[in-house]
Amino acid sequence: MADEWQPKIIGIICNWCSYAGADLAGSARTQYPPDIRIVRVMCTGRVDTLFILKAFTDGADGVLVSGCHFGDCHYLEGNYKGAKRLFLLKSLLKNIGLEDKRLRMTFVSASEGAKWAKVVEDVVKTVKEAGPSPIANR
Amino acid sequence: MAETKKTKKETAAKKEVKKQAAPVKIKEKQQPRIGVFACHCGTNIAGSIDIEALQAAAAKIPNVAYVDNYQYMCSTPGQKKIEDAIKEHNLTGIVVAACSPRLHEPTFRTATKEGGLNPFRFEMANIREQNAWVHMHDHEGATEKAIDAVRIAVAKAALLEDLIPKKVPVEKAAMVVGAGIAGMQAALDLANAGIKTYLIEKEPSIGGRMSQLDKTFPTLDCSQCILTPKMVDVGRNENIDLMTYSEVDAVEGYIGNFDVTIRKKARGVLTPKEAEGRGLVGGGCNGCGDCEAVCPVIKPNLFEVNMKPRKAIYINHPQVVPLIYTIDFDSCVKCGLCVTACGDKKAIDLEMEDELIKVKVGTAILATGYDLFPIEKKDEWGYNKYENVVTSLEFERLICASGPTGGHLVRPSDGVTPKKVAFLLCSGSRDNTGVGKPYCSRFCCMYSIKHAHQIIEKIPGVKPYLFYMDIRAFGKAYEEFYYRIQDEGARFIRGRVANILEDPVTKNLTVMADDTLLDRPMKLDVDMVVLATAVQPTTGVDTVRKMFGVSNSMDGWMLEAHPKLNPCGTTTAGVYLAGVCQGPKDIPDTVAQAEGAASAASIPIHMGAVELEPYFAMCIEEKCAGCGMCVNLCPYSALALVEKDGRKVMQVTEAKCKGCGTCGGFCPGGAIWMQHFATPQIVAQIDAFLLGGEQ
Repeated sequence: MADEWQPKIIGIICNWCSYAGADLAGSARTQYPPDIRIVRVMCTGRVDTLFILKAFTDGADGVLVSGCHFGDCHYLEGNYKGAKRLFLLKSLLKNIGLEDKRLRMTFVSASEGAKWAKVVEDVVKTVKEAGPSPIANR
Repeated sequence: MAETKKTKKETAAKKEVKKQAAPVKIKEKQQPRIGVFACHCGTNIAGSIDIEALQAAAAKIPNVAYVDNYQYMCSTPGQKKIEDAIKEHNLTGIVVAACSPRLHEPTFRTATKEGGLNPFRFEMANIREQNAWVHMHDHEGATEKAIDAVRIAVAKAALLEDLIPKKVPVEKAAMVVGAGIAGMQAALDLANAGIKTYLIEKEPSIGGRMSQLDKTFPTLDCSQCILTPKMVDVGRNENIDLMTYSEVDAVEGYIGNFDVTIRKKARGVLTPKEAEGRGLVGGGCNGCGDCEAVCPVIKPNLFEVNMKPRKAIYINHPQVVPLIYTIDFDSCVKCGLCVTACGDKKAIDLEMEDELIKVKVGTAILATGYDLFPIEKKDEWGYNKYENVVTSLEFERLICASGPTGGHLVRPSDGVTPKKVAFLLCSGSRDNTGVGKPYCSRFCCMYSIKHAHQIIEKIPGVKPYLFYMDIRAFGKAYEEFYYRIQDEGARFIRGRVANILEDPVTKNLTVMADDTLLDRPMKLDVDMVVLATAVQPTTGVDTVRKMFGVSNSMDGWMLEAHPKLNPCGTTTAGVYLAGVCQGPKDIPDTVAQAEGAASAASIPIHMGAVELEPYFAMCIEEKCAGCGMCVNLCPYSALALVEKDGRKVMQVTEAKCKGCGTCGGFCPGGAIWMQHFATPQIVAQIDAFLLGGEQ
């Protein structure tokens, strides 16, 4: 178990929906794998593509960005702007030799604790299947 | 050591400067000294995470000058540890590894401030909700994750700056959306506390669902009798600006300063005041009803759940507030007969158009209520298919003296008084089939018991049968009421009704169920079936909810700030919830929550000013190329390009900026500094996790 490769996954999540949803998963004691580290921002609109590229160049094996559902953004439409940027970046990741599945955007509301647990489970599974990032090994 | 003292002096000097000046964005060179405090939270955290290992690892993280741990960091001794350590060890920033910042960030910011630091030099590592509680069986994984969380928090704390919250004045006015019993109570409380209150109701008159009910449980008060005095009070209160037949069109601003646009729908009829405004002294609607008498258009009456006709010009019931007629322009043929009938009062204007009214309020309460779940979706009970299957709301109107039958309960198919009536509780509630609602609608048990009493009282020899899953008689005097109605002869059968069959000739119904107490299937012939229908959020309410920035729960009801400790608040400061819009509740609970919401909404108004978290965007002018991309991205129009030293740069209007950072996430030149969430701070967090490092 100890020798098993542990992926490095960073989650940049919004304060109002996904962070609150993750807190709710905690209060409900919904168990999920611990292979993710969280950075809190006020809105996914704040997520600069630089953050994601920096994470990958630092050796991250996966990046999760999670915000409010469309139409439910605490700041009206920050999540649209964030998502647009992310999907564009996702399409460019292939060009630098990185599988786009290593970058994931999800929408988890403040009441979706169970969904948050599922999202993390799924992201960890996907990244584990993809293996260590080719950039991390360079 | 000498160096450290110098740092302290510098910090103190810097603080002096910052008391007067706005926070500066360029960080001066100063070696950060971070204090890390790990909380056991009893066994909540310490049960899954090795606190000793966490503390040992934290001591090695760059910039960490002091580490400590305590059973309960949020306790007075815990906070004292922070205050003392700041003073004794010349700390420049504090990290507490404990619960969620959504819970205790304010507590520890205060402790940081008490210790002599700016409260924004605090960062929290969430090792409970997002760690100990969700990795309860993986101690090693949880501890590693906690160490990284502290690493990430320290990296940010090292770069945090002094910030000063912005104090803004609060407009001395409030708004309540929805004028059912919740909205009315909230508006009355606010108004009686001396606050100008705009009460917005989309229907032509106030009273909401409660005005459609006949009696209320368990006291059997006549609903209208206890409601109308409040309706009259609302209509007369000088501090209440009642706007019926109106809807919220747009909301801008923030706590203390909401600019709300209200769409006053064209009702085609002038109030005496409006008539006076048009120079018709003594004119306007006086509710005489002459117009209604001559109107040739006949439509179903929604207030009577379509069981009675109404005209195109109408009032809902005799006790309406305000007593002003309304024209349903969707069905009006503009024949002009009403105009003639109205005569000199000249109250009718067939060409009236919607009007947009702008008001400014400090706080707002949403009290938008509920609709019935469309129970025809539960095909097995035959609503809309069998004439003698009615909803509970239809039953209320049928048994009500002011209803379509004058209070005589009759079968819709033939007008005959029923002798055997089945009540189906949990119709669409507690339904996990995917068709109905998974939640309990909370008041159906009690009103169904009340319905049984009402028919026993009115119809000699009648037999009520209540099919239930569990009777939830949880309120004050509810259980006693339940026993009383059992004694009166109501039959309670524990079992869900599988389906209902109709005799095509007599229209009598056969109810097929499973009696789970006797453990046998049963068949019962009845004259009528009443479905205690589930409730759901009012249709179209999502638009209003989103305008006020309120989230919703999984089941569609509006989401409170905290289910137990802040049931009236929302995540949008200055916006509160009252009544069923937050989740099903009976009248006593609704009124109690409305009073709570009114109290909460009055606090910022009485305080006169509120502090906003200073997470504003700032322009680093030397980096700004004046491209203006950010200006279009801002959801609040808070940014603009201005001329400065012969070139264009972006300028932020702080009062409009809510700190989302959408501009900062895009700026190609990195020219936007998001206070407390600045690019170098976030990048440092990412680096700290992925690159690590030890001192």
